Amino acid sequence: MKFRLTFWKMVLLGLLAGAAYATVVRFALGLGHSTNLNDQFPWGLWIGFDVLCGVMLAAGGFTLTAAVHIFNLQRLRPIVRPTVLTAFLGYVLVCVALMFDLGRPYRIWHPLVMRNPHSVMFEVAWCVMLYTSVLALEFSPIVLERFRLERLLKIIRKVLIPLVVLGVILSTLHQSSLGTLYLIMPNKLHPLWYSPLLPLFFFLSAIAVGLAMTIFESSMSAKHFGRQLELPILQELGRVLLVVLCVYGILRIEDLLHRGVLQQLFRGAYAHYETLLFLLELVLALAAPLALLAFRRVRNSPGGLYLAAVLVVLGFITNRLNVSITGM
Amino acid sequence: MSKALLYDATLCIGCKQCEQACAEKNQLPYNETVAGEERQSDHKFTVVLTKGDKFMRRMCMNCQDPACASVCPVGAMRKTAAGPVIYEESRCMGCRYCMVACPFGVPKYEWSKALPRVQKCTMCSDRVAAGKPTACAEACPTGATKFGERAELIKEAEQRLRDNPGKYVNHIYGLTEVGGTSVLMLSSVPFEEFGLPAELTRDPLPLLTYRVLSRIPDFVPLGGIMLGGVWWITHRREEVAAAEAKEKAEKEARKARKK
Repeated sequence: MKFRLTFWKMVLLGLLAGAAYATVVRFALGLGHSTNLNDQFPWGLWIGFDVLCGVMLAAGGFTLTAAVHIFNLQRLRPIVRPTVLTAFLGYVLVCVALMFDLGRPYRIWHPLVMRNPHSVMFEVAWCVMLYTSVLALEFSPIVLERFRLERLLKIIRKVLIPLVVLGVILSTLHQSSLGTLYLIMPNKLHPLWYSPLLPLFFFLSAIAVGLAMTIFESSMSAKHFGRQLELPILQELGRVLLVVLCVYGILRIEDLLHRGVLQQLFRGAYAHYETLLFLLELVLALAAPLALLAFRRVRNSPGGLYLAAVLVVLGFITNRLNVSITGM
Repeated sequence: MSKALLYDATLCIGCKQCEQACAEKNQLPYNETVAGEERQSDHKFTVVLTKGDKFMRRMCMNCQDPACASVCPVGAMRKTAAGPVIYEESRCMGCRYCMVACPFGVPKYEWSKALPRVQKCTMCSDRVAAGKPTACAEACPTGATKFGERAELIKEAEQRLRDNPGKYVNHIYGLTEVGGTSVLMLSSVPFEEFGLPAELTRDPLPLLTYRVLSRIPDFVPLGGIMLGGVWWITHRREEVAAAEAKEKAEKEARKARKK
């Protein structure tokens, strides 16, 4: 195989070089020199984007395996494998990013032996560790088939259902727990985002984003790998996405009203950039995709589905960054 | 019985001897520059803030039920029975959740080190264990920082409030804040003016997360049974449909044969 340097390969090589430089600075000089973190702002983009958004974007794995293996929606089966693969890659990336963000990355195994069951972080650490293993096992049949390891394949097929159940439970726990992390700071997190319902919001939005990411990835791979677009499948996902967004939207607005936050917002009680980013989040994650998906014509067209999915993904990325950065 | 500190801002003269004693005790550099720094950091665990002729000491409050200890995944932060909240460096993996969770923003990080630690006042836990007062209380020339039993210091603070009506803000900071702290404070100016958070809950903060976390042991088996049940129903349906289709086919085959 000959290596041909194309424009995008140049861009990627440039990114790699930048990352290599950042790695050297990070590990030689410490977090202070390589990031803009300080005592007032100890968690930055590595937590806000890589962990909070990364885990959320990989939620398609548990959503799709549950739909196909537990709820027996066989029509969705063709897209389970690519979704599990992207979820697995997503979680591996989260773990890699953590190696950069932790002050002492070589102690990442400490939660295995030093336990504090009162800590949400302890629970997240265990869940992410176990779920990454579950994803590896769920993905393993593809590798085993390639190398014709029949006996191992048989074992995996036997334990697949308990494995899927375990994966769904672990995902439910840590997707919601990423919201629970912030429950202990009622005085720090802005009232626009602090809510006792944070765990529920994080869980529901993870399902929405899991579906949206699956639509997005299927559309992309249809376009770039010349695969046939599985339109009926994506339409089905779009319908479920609409329902999940409705449930999330009702709960979210109800919670904002109940805590008197919307009233404050309209009174102009909050800073300009907070109000703006909050409204941006609501428009991207809820208003725009709901308006699109509500029309059957749009919901059934590849372009409409793709647009709605991209909006949902961007909207909830905004949400996670608002919780972890704007609101802190 | 747990030990505590009572800081009375009206007795403080801003001499910063507590700052110096703290630095010496913790083997940190202390000079004019450090003395001039008006905030806690990885090399300054306590700071005397000045506003005109008013002073306020800031340090780790050593909470009764500390958020930092509750959130630490590896139990590196721990509340001791004697009062101090201590930090075990060898456990810490540097996730910095303690820094985010602390309502007073106390734990600080060694941002410029390749192998950083969290740094904070640990209420001289070794000295306290040896029956001695904290270094800052020992160094204080006016008695503004006083070391003693928490229960007795509370009584004394209440007495001072009673004996001097109008002198103090009528509040012992740390008595009920986030479930109480091992540092109690009296002042003649509102505490918020020196950056101490007002309106903290009376409940310990760890309750907020534990309320959710404590449900997990129930959630796991329940979730498993529910998902297993859904799997059983959806697949049973399929089996039944297949069996019914087969029966129907057989019936029709028999009918056809009879004819």
